[in-house]
Amino acid sequence: MKTPIYLDYSATTPCDPRVVERMLPFFSDTFGNAASRSHAFGWTAEAAVDEAREQVAQLIGAHAKEILWTSGSTEANNLAIKGTAEMYKAKGKHLITCVTEHKAVLDPMKYLETQGYTVTWLEVDGKGHIDLKALEAAITDKTILVSLMSANNEIGTMHPIREIGAICKAKGTLFHTDATQQVGKAPLNVLDDNVDLLSLSAHKMYGPKGVGALYVRRKNPRVRLTSQMDGGGHERGMRSGTLNVTGIVGLGEAARICREEMVSEMARLSALRERLQDRILKELPDAVLNGDVDNRLPHMTNISFPYVEGESLLMGIKEVAVSSGSACTSASLEPSYVLKSLGLVDELAHSSIRFSLGRFTTQEECDFAADRLITEVKRLREMSPLWEMVQEGVDLSQVKWTTH
Amino acid sequence: MAYSDKVLDHYQNPRNVGSLDKDADNVGTGVVGAPECGDVMKLQIKVSDEGQIIDAKFKTYGCGSAIASSSLATEWLKGTSIDAAAEIKNTQIVKELSLPPVKIHCSVLAEDAIKAAINDWRRKNGKLAKEEANS
Repeated sequence: MKTPIYLDYSATTPCDPRVVERMLPFFSDTFGNAASRSHAFGWTAEAAVDEAREQVAQLIGAHAKEILWTSGSTEANNLAIKGTAEMYKAKGKHLITCVTEHKAVLDPMKYLETQGYTVTWLEVDGKGHIDLKALEAAITDKTILVSLMSANNEIGTMHPIREIGAICKAKGTLFHTDATQQVGKAPLNVLDDNVDLLSLSAHKMYGPKGVGALYVRRKNPRVRLTSQMDGGGHERGMRSGTLNVTGIVGLGEAARICREEMVSEMARLSALRERLQDRILKELPDAVLNGDVDNRLPHMTNISFPYVEGESLLMGIKEVAVSSGSACTSASLEPSYVLKSLGLVDELAHSSIRFSLGRFTTQEECDFAADRLITEVKRLREMSPLWEMVQEGVDLSQVKWTTH
Repeated sequence: MAYSDKVLDHYQNPRNVGSLDKDADNVGTGVVGAPECGDVMKLQIKVSDEGQIIDAKFKTYGCGSAIASSSLATEWLKGTSIDAAAEIKNTQIVKELSLPPVKIHCSVLAEDAIKAAINDWRRKNGKLAKEEANS
């Protein structure tokens, strides 16, 4: 077993060797511009792009013509949100989202607020779920878009997108879902789930970085977008720019592999996740699982370790690559806004770790990671004044702290 | 974030972790910080009749730099006089540990913890200057 061990698949995944193999000829041999209609170089490239479109469409139950290539999910989210806002502004200027979305949804929404649009920010409960009645009540005849992620990137909680899609359809508003974390990892079907727009990214599903896609529904209803990138009129005018043929081929192959292996991979990873989690909880019974344990992505778990601080914990388990819910390691010292919006008390929000497993994770790695973590939490607890106070029977919420 | 070798050393081998009897007259205790800010430090000193710090202990909830700052503080406190301890500045800790700007607050917290422990000892022993006693 090699260290460091990678358990941060929700951040990014390595390219599957099969994906790399499929991409290689497209760098130098089959290098044509997919928009070149006048010669074989262009035709070959276009054929490869079309095949990839078909593969991505099949993975999410769409038609190939509904797949629009982007540089990744951030661009797909921006195009879905700003593109519909601009296209449908005559209908109304109201959009709905929720507070635990990724920044790539929150920030375009905030931008629209500065442009005269109104955004409803739905709150979430302790597990990360919105109140469907609140969603229904928030939709008016001026609402042009509801954007809610299929699964959360920090806690893995899966929104009931089928029910959300049905509500949006019944109310006659468009539904966009940022499915970056779910596509290729857990099943999803744009027809059954009544999704009108869906963002996905290659590098979260064993494809290359820098390429993604936006699904744009073509029928019932036909969704139209105002382009955010103008130029040569690629992608039916909705997203200009020469196609990243190599990346797209990689995304297509990644989608094919995910579709074929998803069922067995979900079972394998959720078993490993449970094993990792059980091992930790057995030794550290006051650790807290964050999110909706009964309804979350199969390959991830987010755990808070009371009385020890997240950054120091990460420092202690440097042989294991994971993410801390507290953003301490960046310049900001704020704990994660997702965990805060679940209502976590501060000493829990500051001490959470996200483990995300993937295709190349082994049982040996999970056991090693769990054991390292247990050892380090115990060591840091012995150093923690909070742990000592709790052992002495002090109620931490009653202590008068000197905030700084 | 890259940590300096000294921060890593204190983090991996913290000096003087533990607790002294907070009810003893010759022990001063300072607890500063808050869980919501991500760091809490408890620093304790044991003082001889001559005003010398004969022991120092700490416990810290916080990042590696916070742990290192308080560990270093206890090293400096042991064997020094109360008056000299009161002169320790956070900038000395920053320099010794090569803390980056984003971690300067850890050193400030350590200085606050030293001062709080000294004040607690002075309060117990009737040595608090009048204006400080009122503050």
